[in-house]
Amino acid sequence: MTQPAPTMELVQDPEDRDTYYMNMGPQHPSTHGVLRLRLHLDGERILDVDPVIGYGHRAHEKMAENRDYLQFLPNTSRIDYLSGMIYNLGYCQAIEKAMQIEVPERAEYIRIICGEMNRISSHLLWFGTYLLDLGGITAFLYAFDDREKILDILDSVTGSRLTYNYGRFGGVSMDVDDTFLRSVADFSEYFRKRIEEYHKLVTHNVIFRHRTRGVGVMGADLALDYAVTGPCLRAAGIASDVRKDEPYGIYDRFDFDVVTAEGGDCFARHMVRMGEMEQSLGIIEQAVRDIPEGPVLAPKVPKRIRPPEGEHYFAVEAARGHFGMYIRSDGTDVPVRQKLRTPSFVHVSTMPAVLPGTMLADTVAILGSIDIVIPEIDR
Amino acid sequence: MTGLFQLFPNPWIGLAAATGAVMGFITVNALFLIWLERKVSARMQRRYGPTEVGPFGLLQTLADMLKLIGKELITPDHVHRPLYLIAPVLVFAPLLALLSLVPINEGWVFHDFDIALVLLLAFSGLNVIGIFAAGWGSNNKYALLGAVRAVAQNISYEIPLLLAVIPIVLMTRSLSLHEIASAQSYPFILVQPLAFIIYFISATAETNRAPFDIPEAESELIAGFHTEYSGMRFGAFFLAEFTNMVIVCAVATILFLGGWKGPLLPGWLWFFLKVYGLILVMMVFRWTFPRLRFDQLMTFAWAILVPLALVNLLLTIVVLKL
Repeated sequence: MTQPAPTMELVQDPEDRDTYYMNMGPQHPSTHGVLRLRLHLDGERILDVDPVIGYGHRAHEKMAENRDYLQFLPNTSRIDYLSGMIYNLGYCQAIEKAMQIEVPERAEYIRIICGEMNRISSHLLWFGTYLLDLGGITAFLYAFDDREKILDILDSVTGSRLTYNYGRFGGVSMDVDDTFLRSVADFSEYFRKRIEEYHKLVTHNVIFRHRTRGVGVMGADLALDYAVTGPCLRAAGIASDVRKDEPYGIYDRFDFDVVTAEGGDCFARHMVRMGEMEQSLGIIEQAVRDIPEGPVLAPKVPKRIRPPEGEHYFAVEAARGHFGMYIRSDGTDVPVRQKLRTPSFVHVSTMPAVLPGTMLADTVAILGSIDIVIPEIDR
Repeated sequence: MTGLFQLFPNPWIGLAAATGAVMGFITVNALFLIWLERKVSARMQRRYGPTEVGPFGLLQTLADMLKLIGKELITPDHVHRPLYLIAPVLVFAPLLALLSLVPINEGWVFHDFDIALVLLLAFSGLNVIGIFAAGWGSNNKYALLGAVRAVAQNISYEIPLLLAVIPIVLMTRSLSLHEIASAQSYPFILVQPLAFIIYFISATAETNRAPFDIPEAESELIAGFHTEYSGMRFGAFFLAEFTNMVIVCAVATILFLGGWKGPLLPGWLWFFLKVYGLILVMMVFRWTFPRLRFDQLMTFAWAILVPLALVNLLLTIVVLKL
């Protein structure tokens, strides 16, 4: 499959009087940041689309080559700022695996709680902004109200609301207290009722169903061809989840389902994310119940982080899919190369295959449903 | 031709008085409705809405309007100047004629034409021209798409709207709004519920309100046909939208809800209660539903509303002839 390189100009063939090119982004309310889509349109029907990326590029991978591992740690939560906790803790786990650092039990449980809370907040933000893309403004504010509760809880222990730097090699930076655990449990109880409310408000809404059913179908074949992961892949009916397939941390101790749906359309992706929020609540409840006492930071972490020479790979299930960290170390403080495999980059590359043939309004619906985060595409 | 218009010795003075009164009403009404919309949406979304300026934030929209008036009118270089400049006027002007036709109480109407209903529907169709001029003249692809959508949508929804109005005309054998309202010893919604629902849905679409706000679908088309407008030119589109809401709801009140009729309270108060009640329903629509897609919207008009309206019309004819 050869795709022509995206052109920056909107070239109009003077002979062609039926179709036209339109620029969507980089400043557009529904591209969720600085993504630019170069659309070739026939009326409202999309003939072709070129995603043009790079407007939010911050060279995270290059930055990693210029600083030691600990100094790179704050960068991780800025790659995908919506599931920053998962990225932050995931990076710690990658280094711990490479250096074989043992993490105390309590820290593992705290990581699970914070990571899953972060996943819920990320899915909530997706839910809200997706409804906003479809023109439903009220649900957006409901979702943000609930998300705010999560941010407050995480803020109380990590000190930040969005770009967390909570993980440490060998544990977490701060211990949690009973107030935190109680507020997590309270939130979990409260949020289960809210999910039902969301289903009533949105999932059963006839216009919402019309807008999302059968729209933006990303079938299992296409999803696998493009290496789509996360909720988008599970919406195509494939039960793939790093937490189950290659459990990291202590995910193997928890009882949860990999939520899948049939169809691979926007509605399926919605249902998968709604289901995942419930599963995350289940994991959080189990973790709050079982969390042991003890230290939260391994006592003997080397002063200098020097992973053994060679290649190290570690993957976690971020809110948007498979987040892989490939680190090549030469045994010094600084990695030779650090490649970050981020899900949104892959997902946005499916757009030229999924979008043609749909209407302009569907572009927004489909782009919203794959839940892209621009800094994660550009890193 | 009767009505309040006759009270004035000179027709020009009458015209000036009517225009002044209507302009005043449009402004005050829009200020109130925008405030109401913000409050309603805020309450639905667990917010407060405007609270700072004036009691309950009532003067917030006044402040906003002053800000809009104070803004520089920017005319982008790439626009088609004549169309671009005349479009806000074209959207706004028919409203003046429209409002002076609406009777708000027994005998309280500026011009009581025999064919007021036809005039009203004809004039309300005019604002499409303004919207299209805005979209075309802006010379912007997003604005053009919005304008094309607006034209297609307004023309499509005009048909079920008219078809929903005709049964009432057949029942009362009159096109005068005043006579139609007077003829209702009971609100016609009781015998024509289907026509009312069709009318109300079409009217929501006619005024480009959510879930039919496709011409200005902000998540796809930024602001649709008025993307390139700023300051009070944008304000004119905004005023027109809110005044249009009042007009379609006033017509619904007259045709289906018995106009100014009601127990105890004075007629004009009943009239406004009914009108603003309907507007509240429209606002709740807007803050509840997501937006339809363009083709779904057209399918809904042509495949559902038009046949339903035709069936309703036929039934009415059959019942009337029996």
